Amino acid sequence: MLTYLLRRLILVLPVAFGVSVICFLLVQIAPGDPLTAIMPVDATAEEQSAMRAAYGLDKPLPVQYAIWIGNLVQGDMGKSIATGRPVAAEVFGAVQNSLLLAVSAAVIAFPIGIFLGFLAGYFRDIWIDRAVTAVSIAGVSVPNYWLGIVLVIIFSVNLGWLPSMGAGPGGSSEWQWNWLHMRHLILPAVTLAVVPIGIVARTVRALAGDILTQDFVQALYAKGMSRADVLRHVARNAAATALSVMGLQLGYLLGGSILIETVFNWPGSGFLLSNAIFQRDLPLLQGTILVLALFFVAMNLIVDVAQAAIDPRIQRT
Amino acid sequence: MALMETTPDTLSAEPVPAAKPQGYWAGVAARLVRDPLTMLCAGMILALILAAIFAPWLGLADPYKGSMIARLKPLGTEGHPLGTDEQGRDMLARLIYGGRLTLFIGLMPVVTAFFLGSALGIVAGYVGGLTNTVIMRTVDVFFAFPSVLLAIAISGALGAGIVNSLVSLTIVFIPPITRVAEAVTSGVRALDYIDAARATGASAWTVIRVHVIGNVLSPIFVYATSLTSVCMILAAGLSFLGIGVRPPEPEWGLMLNTLRSAIYVNPWLSALPGVMIFVTSLCLNLLSDGLRSAMNVRD
Repeated sequence: MLTYLLRRLILVLPVAFGVSVICFLLVQIAPGDPLTAIMPVDATAEEQSAMRAAYGLDKPLPVQYAIWIGNLVQGDMGKSIATGRPVAAEVFGAVQNSLLLAVSAAVIAFPIGIFLGFLAGYFRDIWIDRAVTAVSIAGVSVPNYWLGIVLVIIFSVNLGWLPSMGAGPGGSSEWQWNWLHMRHLILPAVTLAVVPIGIVARTVRALAGDILTQDFVQALYAKGMSRADVLRHVARNAAATALSVMGLQLGYLLGGSILIETVFNWPGSGFLLSNAIFQRDLPLLQGTILVLALFFVAMNLIVDVAQAAIDPRIQRT
Repeated sequence: MALMETTPDTLSAEPVPAAKPQGYWAGVAARLVRDPLTMLCAGMILALILAAIFAPWLGLADPYKGSMIARLKPLGTEGHPLGTDEQGRDMLARLIYGGRLTLFIGLMPVVTAFFLGSALGIVAGYVGGLTNTVIMRTVDVFFAFPSVLLAIAISGALGAGIVNSLVSLTIVFIPPITRVAEAVTSGVRALDYIDAARATGASAWTVIRVHVIGNVLSPIFVYATSLTSVCMILAAGLSFLGIGVRPPEPEWGLMLNTLRSAIYVNPWLSALPGVMIFVTSLCLNLLSDGLRSAMNVRD
């Protein structure tokens, strides 16, 4: 197991390197001079080249990358052009809020998805199965940013039950565990949960359906085991695969919540990202995407290792 | 019983013409025609595409012409069956015209990525070795980004615009298609008939063209169709964020964004563009599922 863990860790390094290269190149493909945003319009050519040298922009690209990655491993991701604050501080504050939203959505989505999927897999090809399949296809087809607006129309505009904006009363972004703040979490978390409900239900349905037709299930019934005990065996067989799908979904929830965060003005990483895009704050854009992507890489690693740890059928060498 | 009844025929002296064996594509078509849900979805998509193409001849109102006094009229208004938007422009016309850009940006990237990704994946899978390593490890890096994040990152860096959206979405969908193409191709590559073809002295290009492509394209194609729904949602999502199509063009995601400010005035009107995105993506998903079972592709 330890060798497996080490091998997986070593395999992550080239991917992390590639991710950092892509994030670095993002700034290079951006049109226009990165300096135009901060330089006064009437700056002379000399002032411009001085600024260029100060930011290291006069050096060749590989050198610029080396400097950037050197600062990065020391936790320095540069300064935001718009606010002048360190990118690292901005990003980590926002990622906490995104993580709260993503985990809440996962807490809603996974039990519902597993329950629906198992129900459909067990009652294959009758109306229960068809109803669950319809729900899961609708879940993966719905543009969730639109669903968010529809939920706001129903629960905020028409019924007035829940707030539609922000992460706390008065637009506060400091999260607290009380009802006043949690009310703000409900609509975005439910909206974000819809797609993973569909995906998890679909996966678990296929898994449960496959396992239930295997011979060992017949054998267990034949030796007189109760239905509940047989289902426990089925669940254990499905657990590893289901867990890996859910782990990936948690990663998608964190990286994919940008549209939902925009709909609900949720002060998370997606909100930060869209601000960075509109203010052409490239260091902030770069930093946010890098952190989110590295989180996703880490999530993949955890899922692989966890799957190998609980599933004896996986080779751990 | 059925067998008994047919015996006299086969025994009779008259020659019975041999039944022409049904080809693969005839079988696929026959299965598709017998699948009403898939046919319905195909019809819906076709209708949306045709309406978008022929929008100027449908006798619709001008989708760009606004009116200060006729803003945010509700559904069922005289002369505006689906109401008007925040600038008094006819919603029905804008929704139908909006299909042009939305469907184009929603489908084109998958088509382009299908060709590029298939080419990369087939080469990687057939040639193997270092070529495979270089292509597939690069693909792995792109898999480190959730697709929404990658699309927004590239579009955000490039800036708004139709071409930029097409470019960023194509980049997003090349890696998954490449990965599937590579997996299918390396499976086919290991079969004996490929070795036989190579033993006859056929060049790699000939083997790929004659023996490989025909056997790998169906699963890649079916996989690509399953991506169209995500691509539609993402394309409209980019415009919704303001980094896709620029106003005043009619586009469903952009319309959803600009109508958001009207949810307190005329809530259901502002949800209409999203209904179009939802219905289209639902039809694309169901169509892809139907194609998968009709073409006998297993995942």
